[in-house]
Parts: sequence; C-alpha cells; structure tokens
Amino acid sequence: MKGIPLSALLGLFITGLYFLAAIFAPWIAPYGMSQIVGDVWEPASSQFWLGTDNLGRDLLTRMIYGGQTTIFVATMATAVSFTLGSILGFTAAVYGGVTDQVMSRLNDLVMSIPTLIFALVVLSVMPVTLPVLILVMGLLDSTRVFRLSRAVAVDINVMDFVEAARLRGEGQRWVIFREILPNALSPLVAELGLRFIFAILFISTLSFLGLGIQPPSADWGGIVKENREGIVYGIPAALIPAIAIVTLSISVNLVADWALNRTTSLKGGRGG
Amino acid sequence: MHPILKVVIQRLALGLLLLLAASVLIFIGTQILPGDVAQAILGQGATEQALTNMRAEMGLDRPAYIRYFEWLYNALHGDLGVALSNGRDIADSIGQRMGNTLFLASVAAVISVPLAILLGLVAVRYRDRWPDRLISAITLTTISLPEFLLGYVLMYIFAVKLGWFPSVSNINSSMSFWQKLNAVALPAMVLTLVVLAHMMRMTRAAILNVMQSAYIETAELKGLRRLTLIARHAMPNAIAPIVNVVMINLAYLVVGVVVIEVVFVYPGMGQYLVDHVSKRDVPVVQACGLIFATIYIGLNLTADIVSILSNPRLRHPK
Amino acid sequence: MADTLLEIKNLRIEATVYAPGEKPRNAVIVDDVSLALERGKVMGLIGESGAGKSTIGLAALAYGRGGIRLSGGEIVLNGRQIRGAGAGTLRSLRGREVTYVAQSAAAAFNPAKRLMEQVIEATLHHGLMSQSEAEARAVDLFRTLSLPDPESFGRRYPHQVSGGQLQRAMTAMALCPKPDLVIFDEPTTALDVTTQIDVLAAIKTAIAETGVAALYITHDLAVVAQVSDEIMVLRQGKMVEHGTVQQIIEAPREDYTKALISVRSIDHKEKLPSPAPLLTVQNVSARYGLIGKDVLSDVSVEVHPGQTLALVGESGSGKSTMARVITGLLPPRKGEILFEGKALPPALKNRSREELRELQMIYQMADVAMNPRQTVAAIIGRPLEFYFGLRGKARDQRVQELLDAIELGKGFGDRYPAELSGGQKQRVCIARALAAKPKLIICDEVTSALDPLVADGILKLLLDLQKREGVAYLFITHDIATVRAIADSIAVMYQGRVQRYGPKSDVLAPPFDDYTDLLLSSVPEMKLGWLEHVIETRKMTSAGN
Repeated sequence: MKGIPLSALLGLFITGLYFLAAIFAPWIAPYGMSQIVGDVWEPASSQFWLGTDNLGRDLLTRMIYGGQTTIFVATMATAVSFTLGSILGFTAAVYGGVTDQVMSRLNDLVMSIPTLIFALVVLSVMPVTLPVLILVMGLLDSTRVFRLSRAVAVDINVMDFVEAARLRGEGQRWVIFREILPNALSPLVAELGLRFIFAILFISTLSFLGLGIQPPSADWGGIVKENREGIVYGIPAALIPAIAIVTLSISVNLVADWALNRTTSLKGGRGG
Repeated sequence: MHPILKVVIQRLALGLLLLLAASVLIFIGTQILPGDVAQAILGQGATEQALTNMRAEMGLDRPAYIRYFEWLYNALHGDLGVALSNGRDIADSIGQRMGNTLFLASVAAVISVPLAILLGLVAVRYRDRWPDRLISAITLTTISLPEFLLGYVLMYIFAVKLGWFPSVSNINSSMSFWQKLNAVALPAMVLTLVVLAHMMRMTRAAILNVMQSAYIETAELKGLRRLTLIARHAMPNAIAPIVNVVMINLAYLVVGVVVIEVVFVYPGMGQYLVDHVSKRDVPVVQACGLIFATIYIGLNLTADIVSILSNPRLRHPK
Repeated sequence: MADTLLEIKNLRIEATVYAPGEKPRNAVIVDDVSLALERGKVMGLIGESGAGKSTIGLAALAYGRGGIRLSGGEIVLNGRQIRGAGAGTLRSLRGREVTYVAQSAAAAFNPAKRLMEQVIEATLHHGLMSQSEAEARAVDLFRTLSLPDPESFGRRYPHQVSGGQLQRAMTAMALCPKPDLVIFDEPTTALDVTTQIDVLAAIKTAIAETGVAALYITHDLAVVAQVSDEIMVLRQGKMVEHGTVQQIIEAPREDYTKALISVRSIDHKEKLPSPAPLLTVQNVSARYGLIGKDVLSDVSVEVHPGQTLALVGESGSGKSTMARVITGLLPPRKGEILFEGKALPPALKNRSREELRELQMIYQMADVAMNPRQTVAAIIGRPLEFYFGLRGKARDQRVQELLDAIELGKGFGDRYPAELSGGQKQRVCIARALAAKPKLIICDEVTSALDPLVADGILKLLLDLQKREGVAYLFITHDIATVRAIADSIAVMYQGRVQRYGPKSDVLAPPFDDYTDLLLSSVPEMKLGWLEHVIETRKMTSAGN
C-alpha cells in the first residue's frame, strides 16, 4: 500500500463501501424493498434515517437495494464494453491494414450517433429487460473503449521492443499478451473507472426516463422518477440518489486519476 | 484548386457519407432487430394472424432495403411519415418543438461558451493555485452528476426554496422573448453547468498544451509580456483546439437537452422523442433519431473543418 | 575589468525531481560554477548530458525551465546582478541584451506566423528600430547567413523551409536586436553532418561580423573548437577545466578532458574479405507502399563472416530501410537477400526460426527497444527459451554468462530497464542479441543516442565480442568516426543508392567522388582552423540546404 496518495485511498475506501453495501443489501437494509412501513414522504427520523418515499417505503432501504441494481447493471455493462472494446481494439491495432481500417470506420459510424439517442432508438423496439439493458449499454459504450485501447496499442505496437519480439519470431498471442498488454494496463484501468461512472450515470438516466429498470425493482434513477413530484412541495427525497451518485463517481474518479498518473510517471520523463 | 479547398471538400463528402451510413444504422436499429414494430404495438399476446395483418398494413412484409430507401426518399423531401400513436403528421409536430429545443440550446450555448473559455483561461493563468483547484473541484462535481439530477437539485434550490424561477418550463408562441427567457432560465442553467465543466476542462488542457510548446519559451525569452505572449503566440495556435472543444460540447449539449426537457416538462424535441419511445412509436423515434444524429454529425464536422482551416501547413503549402 | 560582459560567480542551481514512486526531492543541477565572458568573445560550454550546460546557458537570461531554481551565487550582466531581479528588469534584458538560439528551431518557431514577423519581433518589442529598419537588418542577416533569396525568405512560414535554414533563421532572430550576448544551445546537433558544417560556418561568420559575445553550448568538442575563443568543460554540474581552445585541445590538464579528446581513437585493423560472404544483398530495390519512389534502388553489398560492414549515410539515404529489408520487415520490390549462399524468404513471416535466430538486431534507442515491464533477466532469457528451449537453472546460468560478457555482472538480472543508465541499457540489448548465438547482428545507429565516452565503451565491447564470438556486424551509422573505429568494409549511401563501396582503406582513401568527399570533409575535426579550410576546399554543398 506504500505510495498510494491519500485521495486514492479515500476513493478506494468509499468505492469499497458502496460495493459491500450492494453485495450485502438484504442483510443491511432495515426493511423489505417494497414493504410499506410508514406515511408518504415522512421526513428523516430515527426510525427512517432518510425518511420515506412516495408510497411510504423506507428510503434508506430503497437506496440500498437501488444501489445494488444500479451497481450490478453498471458493472456488467462495463464488463461487456471492456472485454469487447479492448479485445477488438487490440486486434485492430496489432493486425493493422484493412482489418484496422474496417473496424475503425465501423466504430466511427456507431460513435457518430449520440449514445443516448442510439439507446432510445433501440429500446423503442426491444423489450426492456436487464440483459437487454446491459447488452445495449455495454455494446454502445464498447466503442469508446475500442477507440482508447486501439490508440494505446497502436502507440505500443510501433515501439522497437515489439518489433524486436516480431523479429525473434514470436506469435501474435505473445505480442498481445506479453508485450502490449502489460504496458497498456494502467491507462486501461483508468478508463475502466471512467466507463463505470459513465455506466452508472447512463443507467440512472434511462431509468429516470422510464426506459431502464422497471418497477417494482428499485434503482437510483428510478427513485428520482418516483419521488420527483415531491420536489415541487419542497420534499428533497428525489435528491438523495444525487448524493449517492456523486460520492460514488468522485471516489471512482480519484482512483482512476491515480492509476493514470502512475502510468505517466512510469514512462519516465513527463513532469520529472 | 487550392489544396485546402480539396481537403475541405473531401471532409464534407465524408461527412455526408457518414450521415447516410448513420441513417442506415438508425433504420436497422428499429427494423431488423429481433423486436418488431407490429409485435411492439400489439404486445406479446397478439395472435399470429393479427401480427401478419398488421405487418401487411404497415408495409413491413416488403424487403427492408426497399422500405429504407422509401423512408430516406420521403425524409429528404420533408415527409417524416405519421405517428402510429395518434396518426398526426410527424413533420408538423416536430416543427414547433424543434424551434423550442433550439431556443433552449442556444441560450445555454450563449452563456456557456464564453464562460467556459474565460474560466479555462483563469485556470491556466492560476495553474495549480487555488482558483484552478476550486474550478476543477466544482467542475468535477458537476461532471459526476447525471443531467437530470442536477436539474432537480437546481429546481429544488431556485424554484422551490428561493422561488426565483418557475419549476416547470412552459413556453408558447404568444409569450414575449423575456417571458420565454424566464421560462427557460432553469433548464438553460442546468445545461450550462453540464457542458461548462467539460468545455472548461478541455479548454484548459488545449491552452496548456499550447503554452508548453517551445515557441512560447522563445517568445518569453524575447522579453514579451505575459498578455502579449498569450495574445500573439498562444491564441493563434489555441483557437483551433478551442473551437473543436466548443463544437464537441455543443453536440453534447444537443443530447443533454433530451433529458432536461423531460425534467422541466419543456415542449421540445427531446420530450417528444422520450414520450414516443415509451409508446413504441417507431416512425417518430426514427425521425427524431435522424434529426439528432444530423445535428450531432454536423457539429462534429464543423469542428473538423475549422481545424483544417486553421492549420498553417494546409493553408500555406510548400 | 571594464569589458567584462557576463560574470557568473559560484552559481548554484537546484530543481525538484519527481521520481516515480518516490517523494519529490531536491537535486543540485549546477554547483559552484564561475565564469567571466568579455565583450565580443565566444566561450564554449562542453559536457555530456546531465552536465548542466544548457541550464547555465539559460541562467545567463535568469531563466529556469520547469521547476529549476537559480538558488545561489551571482549572475552579473552588464554590471548588474540579474539573479533574483524583478520581472520588469528581466523582460527588458531578455531579447535585447541577451538572446537565445535553441537546439530545435523547428519547435522554437511559432508555426502560425511568418518567419520575418518572428525574427524582428524582439527588436520591435523593445523599440530598438523601426519596422523597416528591422526588416532591412533581418534581410542583411539572412544574407550573411547565406539563406536562399534573402529578400523574400522572411515571407515564408516555418514549415516551408528546411531544418538547416530554420536553424539559421533562428540565429538571425537572435542577432537582429543587436544583443550583447547570444546563447547558442546545441544549434547544430539535430542536423545532418553535411548541413551542420554550413550552419556552423554561417554562425561563425555572423558572430564575427556583428562582434557579439556568445556562449556556445554543445557536447561535441570538435564543433566548439571551431567557433570559440575559450572552452569550459563541465561534468555533472561542476566545472572540470577552463582554458583557451588551444590549451584544452592540445594540452588538456584533467583526465576527463583527455578522455573526451581521445574519444574514437580506437585502433582497428581491417580484415581481408573471405571467399564466401555471410550475407549478400543482390540488386535490391524497395519502397514503402505500392506507389511512390524507391527508397532503395539497385543496392548490392556483402557482409563477410566475423567482419563488419558499415553502412554510412545521412537521414533519407535509405540506410535504415536496408535493415528493414534484410530483416524481412519490408520485402524488397526487386532483388534478393542471400544468407550463406541460400536465398532468404523476402517476408519475415515466411522465415524459419533458425533463419531468424542467425540474424539479430540492436536498435538506436535502447530504452524503447526493451519492454519496460520485463526484468533484464526476462529480456535476455526469452531468446534462450525461444530458440534453445533453455529453462530454469540452465537458463539462469546462461543469462549470467551473458551479463558477464557485457560487463554488467551480478545483481542486474532483477532490475527493470528504467533502473539502468543509457549505456547499460544498450549493453542489455547487445546481450539479448548475443543470446540467440547469431551469425550476424544488424546494429542500427547503436551509439548515436549515447554520450561519446559511453559510446566508446559500447564500440569496444562490440569489437571485443566480435573477436571472441566471430559474429559479423552490419553497422548502420551517420558518424564517420564510428565507421573508422569499427568497419572492415564500408558502403556510402546517398539517396537510396550505394555511392561508394569497398574495403575501408579503399573507401577512405582519395580520389573521392563528390558526395563522399563532402561527407568525409564535413566531419568536424579537433583542429583549429579546420572549418575555414573545409569550406574553401570542398567540391559540393549539402542537398539539405
């Protein structure tokens, strides 16, 4: 743990906390997820730490279960986008030539349509279920990962040590996994954090628009949607997910920043 | 022909090609995926007969590429078809809403672009000192919030608690310009905050990149004042990247509008699109998707062309 | 002394170093350096990388790059202390009393502005002349610096002129405001040798005609000997020796200076060619892409077993393309490569493992030629495993033998490339090549990125290994001194063709063709008056101008 800056430690700690809460939601949550336990929009009290929601359910419970769904969907979507994007990106970079051209132009094409708009177009005909959501989010976001991992791999691919490996007679697998990947890891880890944050924001937005997680399941975007009417009456229940989202994404950001700084300092020179 | 003209024309042609390809993609997205419009309208319980009838009625039994060219041909002639949900002409419905959306986006752009550049310059000037850190911390927070939540936070503070602006942005043609401005104050503020963060951070990076060039050191060693140096040597080289940043963020803003309109119940394109996605009204979704994609591609294309035009190597070839 | 222009006393310069994984720490860049420069005199500052010479040069403008601090001592310019002077004072002296010529003029010019505007900017800014006077002076300077079309030269943009011209334009920019002192910071290092000589001559003429004083910073003693009145030798931020040019060159006092002067004086006897060549390049032509010009046209050379063929040429001569063709990275358009009499498959992917093993390569930039995430042992061990199937103890033992062969010894196996010095990195690359037990090693500018003394060590090691292992070298370089030290035969390359080819003693002996004459005569020699002599007697001028 030596040499990790305080900000990154704090980020790791809070991120870890959220993930633990998501995993152990049923044991931590004080009430049942859809259990109506009180009046509509009760203020915070010792009984309901965050108050109750528009149907009289405990908001803390909803937030914990909501976090579980949101983090689960975001994690899965990031896993899809990352696996797909980085494998394709590396392939394009290492093979080069026509393969690279075709893959890159197709990627440009998908990226030329804004992600949210594309998602709306697809979700207008697809059934809105968890697997569909995860796939749509993951596939659309993999374009960003593709672009980054291709760029990183292209940079590394032209280095003399990769050429040296090729001249030795090494196969593509050795080149990708032993020469390129270890050197591409740090920027990719940083990107992983950013993609995860983006996935959190994206699934929350879709749920808020009514096109993401469907009731009665809870998720952070959905909680906003359910409690939005309260805002006009001065009831801030809908704003509670804001705090959760901001703290989580800033924490992940701090960790990602650290991962990225570590890369530049390892390359040596920059700033030194 | 001047070589730069050739490059610009090539880029424009490429943009058109991209737009065409994007329209194919949008069409494929709604037509060929396992989901089916007829199924979507009639629901899972529909009989096979009903589905066949529905498909025939909608022309879905014909090959996809014929329907695509029909759709494209009509769209190019201003005919976007009729909405399935209410049978109204889509082009008519969009007309008014498009104006509203552009109004909101322009207000946000007029505020955010100069502000972002100014803050970017301030951050560079006081690099790594407290003004830079403060700006950086605030922008990091706004980036970490989805647009709709930022919308509710501002609504809660400025509409509900302080009562400065209306919480719902009603707008119609009988309102005066100032009334309209008051109506869009909150959504415009949210959009500004959202793009401001990105734009300012990218502007800061673009200027810093230029300021680290060796020719800036040369100018400094000529004894130039800081301001002269920035105006004479940094700006001419920073304009292209900054315009690029602005265009990318305007494109981003156009998409952000979709969500913000839903939050503030603003009668624009975004709300229209989201409404009809829930109703599975495919023609409307296609039409709106095409329009948003066109604006998005157009802005990105403008950014490309500006950077081509400002490149001295292309402007003054050997 | 009345005519002392610049006096530096006990200068100390520090910087904050941000080493990866460590807390920022303070490093002393320059320690206790003193010098005095009289009006109109030129002092050469010489040293290897890390000597602090550029830092001292910029200190004469009271300027420190990045986190560099001028932390102690005095810098007196025209009678006033400028270390710690206010921003206004500094602005008034920079660009008026002292100006600066950077190593890379290509980066130092603003790409968006015409040359004239930039050349006269400081002059106008300080109100020294009117616009038309400044422009007239710039044109005069362009003429003095023998730039083409001096009248219209200033209307061009930086990207429209060559590197050598840009370097001279930068000199014009520095001289335009009639400063008292110009700092030349390695102004010819990035140029080809035949271009360097013209720029050097132009700078020397301009200094003489304007009577300006100068600090001339370089790592090349032979260059500094041509332009300076006195020389200061620096090492690791400290002064080693200071004296007149004649004294330093002809009677150096310190061992370090002596080593710098005797560099590249390796005595190498040329071997006679054997009847059977190891590698034959037969009528090879090659180009990048399907269309365009041939980068190599009709090239034929031979490398003999256990001997060294040096490929000499400037940038763009096609010498590095030769390496790509021979290794199979760029299959030739015409012609053949024979190895021990048998034709090698043109493309890398069709060559057998045995064919690959016999032909190894060493690169110019050792730090990018090694995977930064692998230890030295892993880097050297991989060819052993790949070609010979060595594993475990046998492999470790062989790695240690190789480390001994490159004089690195124990304890280096566990290090990462970032923890090695430049010379050590290149040694590890040599060990990696040797591990394959090759018959031929292609050395692509292997010493160009190294300081002269370190480069000398590498050359000696290579010669030594050749003696012991009988390996042949194809040595690609732009540096004639290196060629003299190591080659048995030489091929001079010019614009993709072999201009002159044969045993070293023949190639380096007159009569010369025009290009070889230019190339050989352009190499700076550590002799007073060498520059003038060459400019007068050479037959052709560089194409790079």
